[in-house]
Amino acid sequence: MTTIRWTVSDGGVLVRREIGKLLRHPGELASELLLPAVLVLMFGYVFGSAISVPGGGDYREFLMPGLFAMVAMSGIATTATVVARDVGRGVMDRFRSMPMARSAVPVGHTAYSLVSGLVNFAGVTACALVVGWRPHNGLAATAAGFGLLFLFRYAVAWAGVLLGLAFRSEEAADHMVPFIFPMTMVANTFVPTDGMAPWLRVIADWNPVSAVSAACRTLWGNPGVPGEGAALPLRHPVEVSVLSSVVMIVVIAPIAVWMYQRAGRR
Amino acid sequence: MMRDLAVFAEGLTKSFGSTPALRGLDLAVPAGTVCGLLGPNGAGKTTAVRVLTTLLVPDSGTAFVDGVDVVRDAARARYRFGLVGQAAALDEAMSGRANLRMFGRLYHLSPREARRRADDLLERFDLADAADREVGTYSGGMRRRLDLAAGLLIAPAVLFLDEPTTGLDPRGRSEVWAAVRDLVAGGTAVVLTTQYLDEADRLADSIAVVDAGRVVATGTPDELKARVGAEHVDVVVASLDALPAARTAMRAATGMEPVVDVEERSLSAQLGPGGLAAVVRELDDAGVRVENLALRKPTLDEVFLEMTEDLAGATR
Repeated sequence: MTTIRWTVSDGGVLVRREIGKLLRHPGELASELLLPAVLVLMFGYVFGSAISVPGGGDYREFLMPGLFAMVAMSGIATTATVVARDVGRGVMDRFRSMPMARSAVPVGHTAYSLVSGLVNFAGVTACALVVGWRPHNGLAATAAGFGLLFLFRYAVAWAGVLLGLAFRSEEAADHMVPFIFPMTMVANTFVPTDGMAPWLRVIADWNPVSAVSAACRTLWGNPGVPGEGAALPLRHPVEVSVLSSVVMIVVIAPIAVWMYQRAGRR
Repeated sequence: MMRDLAVFAEGLTKSFGSTPALRGLDLAVPAGTVCGLLGPNGAGKTTAVRVLTTLLVPDSGTAFVDGVDVVRDAARARYRFGLVGQAAALDEAMSGRANLRMFGRLYHLSPREARRRADDLLERFDLADAADREVGTYSGGMRRRLDLAAGLLIAPAVLFLDEPTTGLDPRGRSEVWAAVRDLVAGGTAVVLTTQYLDEADRLADSIAVVDAGRVVATGTPDELKARVGAEHVDVVVASLDALPAARTAMRAATGMEPVVDVEERSLSAQLGPGGLAAVVRELDDAGVRVENLALRKPTLDEVFLEMTEDLAGATR
């Protein structure tokens, strides 16, 4: 019982630490929000003019759920970087030599991913509303879509903890970013997968980011919902997204906590 | 017995893969004293500190900090020590004050207590003026002092300092030394690792010379110097021409080949059975004009070289 209490309390201290830094450095926040905004403009107006949505419909309405999924996915890099920075600077050793709850550090970092997700999703929502995106299926379905995005972001944050512990320095973690970006692109985020080469299409269809975008499109009544002939994850996007997120958390979280405790203990 | 000791370790071993880092390390540090772990790079000093601070689990052996078993009861042991590692373990994007408050909370101090301790320590380490600046803007010495402060948030029984002045300029080093002396005056035991002999000489009550994963010698700095042998005599001759004659004279007086430094016009040798008088007599007889003559104890450098050489000889 006390273990849980200290996990929550120590994790809370770490979440407040990150929020404090966020408020102290609003510039970094702004630059983080800038990328989705630029993508809205680039894809919504430049590329989008040449992309047609299967089954018809407005491209920007199609694009926004994909962008939300991409922002959810980008949490993996943010978390990995923060964790790797703590490892590289020796802060992690200090944490581990202190009487903190053992799982507090990974729990705190992943919880903070939800806070930064809230900020990011709010920013993207603002952009989306400006360019004409709207959810069409009422409040409950809209909320369900966002709930799914948070669940997915939380799941990938655990993977981020794992990566951060493996990379051991901020510089090494930065090298990962070029790989995260394609992971969000080889999917149905920006374009439908129908036109891709068959081998690429398999990867894109089974990319969890695709399921999440398709789930949001379904829940929000946005265009581009895959039809009967689509791959399995895209025919049941909501179920697949929830399931894959839960599986990720259940599998990765214990490994991440174990790795944190063992880090350097070998 | 070990309940009275700040640190007690017996037979610690630890290997990384097939490379042994500790090979039966023993250590006993009385409460309120400073123990210097002195040894070359790779001797096992840092591994020893990481075992004692629960960051590593030893392959065998036992270790207690302030009477608490660091292997079996790691969670409780973590309330008994502070650790200042080689890298300043601080969040550079936060202010000094925010760092200390955060670490205080993570030591499970109440919010009020954490605030109070942070303010006290900032004052004590002369960081009050910089307290609200980001740590990223601090000098090396300031970071180290803040790092020290973070190790003292719970007023630990033992503070472990792993190479506390590596990479600092002379001013930063003396700042850290002053802080460590203050601490000891306050009753905290300190275990510090260092490659700098003068650091160990200045700060430590006792020194454990570590080589190849074992403690090869222990004692006060004076005891260790005495163990290496008699006092040394340093002679500076008035002119360079006198060096060869002085050399012969000193060899005759001490029975040893003196160490000659041509640039300094100096010769140095361990005193022989004839003592200082023999040296003075021989130099005088040879007609060497002496500018300066001084008696001194061996430096820790000489101690250190001798002891690690002995060991190298023994294992060969």
